[in-house]
Amino acid sequence: MFKDLFGKPKYVTVRTRSKQEKEDNSPDSRLWTKCNGCKQIIFNKKLVENLLVCPECNYHFRLSARDRLAITIDEDSFQEFGQDIYSADPLEFPNYKEKLAKARVKTGLNEAIITGEATINGYPVVIGVMDFNFMGGSMGSVVGEKVTLAIERSIETRKPLILITTAGGARMQEGMISLMQMAKTSAAVKKLDEAGILYISIMTDPTSGGVTASFASLADIIIAEKGALIAFAGPRVIQQTINTSLPEGFQRAEFLLEHGMIDMVLSRHEIKDTLTSILKIHQVGVSNYD
Amino acid sequence: MTNNILDFEKPLLELSAKIKELQSFMDEKGLDLSEELMKLKERAAKLQREIYASLNTLQIIQIARHPNRPTAKDYINYIFDEFIELHGDRKFSDDKALIGGIGLIDNQPFTFLGHQKGKTTKENLSRNFGMAHPEGYRKALRLMKEAEKFNRPVLSLINTPGAYPGIGAEERGQAEAIARNLMEMSALRVPIIVVVTGEGGSGGALGIGLGDRIMMLEYSYYSVSTPEACAAILWKDSEKAGEAAEALKITAKALRELGIIDRIIKEPAGGAHQNPQEAAMFLKEAVLEEYRALSKLSPEELVNRRYMKYRQLGVYSEDINNATAGEILKEEVE
Repeated sequence: MFKDLFGKPKYVTVRTRSKQEKEDNSPDSRLWTKCNGCKQIIFNKKLVENLLVCPECNYHFRLSARDRLAITIDEDSFQEFGQDIYSADPLEFPNYKEKLAKARVKTGLNEAIITGEATINGYPVVIGVMDFNFMGGSMGSVVGEKVTLAIERSIETRKPLILITTAGGARMQEGMISLMQMAKTSAAVKKLDEAGILYISIMTDPTSGGVTASFASLADIIIAEKGALIAFAGPRVIQQTINTSLPEGFQRAEFLLEHGMIDMVLSRHEIKDTLTSILKIHQVGVSNYD
Repeated sequence: MTNNILDFEKPLLELSAKIKELQSFMDEKGLDLSEELMKLKERAAKLQREIYASLNTLQIIQIARHPNRPTAKDYINYIFDEFIELHGDRKFSDDKALIGGIGLIDNQPFTFLGHQKGKTTKENLSRNFGMAHPEGYRKALRLMKEAEKFNRPVLSLINTPGAYPGIGAEERGQAEAIARNLMEMSALRVPIIVVVTGEGGSGGALGIGLGDRIMMLEYSYYSVSTPEACAAILWKDSEKAGEAAEALKITAKALRELGIIDRIIKEPAGGAHQNPQEAAMFLKEAVLEEYRALSKLSPEELVNRRYMKYRQLGVYSEDINNATAGEILKEEVE
């Protein structure tokens, strides 16, 4: 719904884009937003200042990859790699080319993930951030390749890897080639594991399907953002299968913490500081060992 | 049997009924009509070839899902000289939808893994229609680690609509269980031979499907999503399943062409359900042949080759001019 609010000035145009909001698109809707959580009216200025978290109810709005990057890493520290890899259309799948073109225009990204090297409060990392606005953050050949490149860059530079995920799953338009990206990325994580490099996965709303069932779940430390939906099968599919209502809070970050699937749930404001602490503890350990 | 007849099999069944009729008429009257009989049989064989040569993807899916299609247990009975089933993930329970064990095929030990479907409703309920929970994938991993310890190759037979989408499965980490298997299978130091025998349903199939040689039976399918779900998601119309099935490229032939699988295993005339024993023999032959080739590699070579096999999977372009929709994007940028 919002696009790149924390990045360079050219991105600071608040645009409301969800279907819901289009319906009540009064002239004021560029100034304020109705919270999906508490339904209160919040001024966009306040919302942006609060990292797109509702100041009233703590509801976390989704972030674009560039905004997520902007609030996670040190200013001007990002050195992108893998930006010149573009999707092909191996199955010649109906309308895929058009959908890709639209996604590129809509997000200003070449694909559903951006990857690069950066620092977080001075600590060097390799980082990848996914974007749900790019075809639902789905993983096809390019996402699989860029995640693998990020892992390889981590092994090469011995910098910790941070992957921030949001995904609907495998990209259907690339069929089995997409499914195989699960195998490819998981195999690469195994290499990273053997090399003894720290890998932190941050799951944001929503992370599901083939991304959850591959690299996102294989990190040394798994963080989930408050309220994020994290699933293998989506709630709708499960409801259709079992034909009963789902428990309260099912598949939300807090539910996964309770079931032992993740290390912690953090609100958006806590993520950068917590990452810094983890990187600090880790680096002390590494230098003691050396 | 009679209620398990596929639409496109009907003309064939009518013809074989005629053949039977003629045969009994001959026997009854003591007449020699063997020439006519031969002609009819030839016609039936030709018809079968024609029908099976021009099956569309939805029809292949029907064969792959056929209730009489051989299950993992059928294959075990036909190809293993000796077999011991092993149970449980040592963490939560034993998953009956994904079975495993150890056995001998022509005096070569194998660790076996396979999704197990039932043939009757009762059996299917107890097997959860071949849809495994995390326990199934964790049992599989336990048995694979054991295989590695005792230097036994792994044979994995895939036949599942998908991993089970349920509350318990999510609570106990379906995604983590599948992801963990992929990670560990990528570096397992013994050969892994995978055969899709029926349905290859997405992550649930891949969860025991990463290996050195990936094969598919002629009339099986392997897909990122069921065509029904794909049509519902992309076109909001599950009636377009036929279109989705073709577009997704999920048949053995299409996936061989895409380089996703290594080999297609032939099925008996009319599909594996017409002659399970012969189907099992074709499968056994292929598995042993692939195993003999893989057994010559050192564990290091094996693992390196397996890694490279998956590392290079993916189709993309590094030049925006060749990229999909590059034209449109360039215009937009300019």
